[in-house]
Amino acid sequence: MTGDRLTTGTSTGTGTGGPRKADATGSGAGLDARLVVERGSFRLDVTLTAAPGDVVALLGPNGAGKTTALRALAGLVPLSGGHLRLDGKRLDRTPPEARPVGVVFQDYLLFPHLSVLDNVAFGPRCHGVRKAEARAQAAVWLERMGLAAHAAAKPRNLSGGQAQRVALARALATHPRLLLLDEPLAALDARTRLDVRAQLRRHLAGFEAVAVLVTHDPLDAMVLADHLVVIENGRIVQQGSPAHVARHPRTDYIAQLVGLNLYRGRADGHTVRVQDGPSITTSEDLAGDVFVVFPPGAVTLHRERPHSSSARNVWRCEVAGLETHGDQIRADLTGDLPLVADLTTVAAAELDLHPGAVVWATVKAAQTHAYRA
Amino acid sequence: MTPPGEAGTARRPHTGRPRRRTRGGAPLPLLLPALIGLVFLVLPLVALLVRAPWRSMPGLLTSSEVWQALRLSVVCATAATAVSLVLGVPLAWLLARTEFPGRRLVRALVTLPLVLPPVVGGVALLMALGRNGVAGRWLDSWFGITLPFTTTGVVLAEAFVALPFLVITVEGTLRAADPRYEEAATTLGASRFTAFRRVTLPLVAPGIAAGAVLAWARALGEFGATITFAGNFPGRTQTMPLAVYLALQNDPEAAIALSLVLLAVSVAVLAGLRDRWMGAS
Repeated sequence: MTGDRLTTGTSTGTGTGGPRKADATGSGAGLDARLVVERGSFRLDVTLTAAPGDVVALLGPNGAGKTTALRALAGLVPLSGGHLRLDGKRLDRTPPEARPVGVVFQDYLLFPHLSVLDNVAFGPRCHGVRKAEARAQAAVWLERMGLAAHAAAKPRNLSGGQAQRVALARALATHPRLLLLDEPLAALDARTRLDVRAQLRRHLAGFEAVAVLVTHDPLDAMVLADHLVVIENGRIVQQGSPAHVARHPRTDYIAQLVGLNLYRGRADGHTVRVQDGPSITTSEDLAGDVFVVFPPGAVTLHRERPHSSSARNVWRCEVAGLETHGDQIRADLTGDLPLVADLTTVAAAELDLHPGAVVWATVKAAQTHAYRA
Repeated sequence: MTPPGEAGTARRPHTGRPRRRTRGGAPLPLLLPALIGLVFLVLPLVALLVRAPWRSMPGLLTSSEVWQALRLSVVCATAATAVSLVLGVPLAWLLARTEFPGRRLVRALVTLPLVLPPVVGGVALLMALGRNGVAGRWLDSWFGITLPFTTTGVVLAEAFVALPFLVITVEGTLRAADPRYEEAATTLGASRFTAFRRVTLPLVAPGIAAGAVLAWARALGEFGATITFAGNFPGRTQTMPLAVYLALQNDPEAAIALSLVLLAVSVAVLAGLRDRWMGAS
């Protein structure tokens, strides 16, 4: 229903982002799921397909239903409808312990009373492997993760990055056909994050089955996944390759995530008339419903209406707010066309920007990008 | 006003723990009842120590009746605790982890023996398991099992009173424990029972131990239900509290000596609980 419409919408709207590199439904290998979960007034309805070797990222704001989708895949939340097939086998009614699924939880949930080695050996033990053999397998996994020295340690003595790798080893030790990662980097501090993200990318690249990760961090999604599924309010609003989604956002949420000004309007040649707003002159020649994006850095601000500017787009704005953004100032502007603009601290001082100040914003047509909605 | 520098030097260095005590004296309307309350609680215990027949103590405590009663008490309380553990931990898990119709009612029923006068519990047990009781009748005619006025009866009476303590304690610990560890275990292939046995049980072990100690202490001091359901037969059903009560009629010195033994056991239990499981407060 909703999922279908959106999937179709995406593939018609884009050339490169829509179709997947493999159609899991046809071959039977990989993941083929339509997850419908109803809880009170909230309804999750997403369609996910992935071939073995794919890394899919579910990206979305808090409360969008990403984690619910993950829990439904793991069997921790029952499906209200839809279906779930993994490598051709139906798993809808299979209890979590019988699913070939491994989960890395957000705060890892390493068993505090077991050593690192026994945490990793837990899965094999539950699958009927003898104690000595399970520990030997666990030792191999720890070796692979570079954690052999910590085998005897208790989880509370591990750093965040080490705990993350133990959780990954524990999930992989059962040889899952579907690996689920819930916000795998959210519990880490910024410095550790960088290292762990790179390591995780390496491990995921070597993983031969389907991996699905949930994140609200676009960078994690871009670096780790080769397919991005954006969920808002329980629905898929956009999907495609990370690069494609980043360059062609279709909702304000994604545009904000990737730091672009996004508008929807009707194109007639090089002119796009924005709904309830002014026109934007673009470099593309299009007709019909389109999106227009431009980065905040492409906006130039002036105190007086510019006459000599070569920019085709000139709008009168009012400063609503200012904040530092890296080594720049990000200005939040209201007016005919609400937009955000980045400028240097020096420029902001020279313009005497303050909330309430009236400014003129210009954007060159060449720095805008228009694409069909 | 004190200059800030001086105030800074006078103040004790922060030790991390926020000060919560009120400075200065407590108001009299609070202080007076508090002190009376304290005296009220402590005085009887002090009196027990003051009036203790210290000289004849060794003789009293080594008499065979005392040892018999003490041994029976410890054996029965331990058995009642074991029964409470076997039945109570699963019951606590059911109450803490599952949702079923009437769960609140079940919880209320489990808690009832906590507030029920133990004598009433004893009468109720007689009505259920007595020779003419609802279930006891069948136990007697089918299996020839008689429970009232036996040592097993003592264990049952004590377990009836002690079980709620264990269930409430363990349920609280289970509720505080993160159920997602069980979920993590199931995603690794553990059945719910395996997850309980290998993950939940070790995680809530301190709570179970605390509940077991509470149940044991309660069973050790049990009087009303025991004397009603199991009677007062030396060597068979006469536990320490019954022996104390009986001794008070004929030999008050012996009663004091027995009471001191029970007091010592209680203090030991409290100390053990505080140090190991409750944490210093």
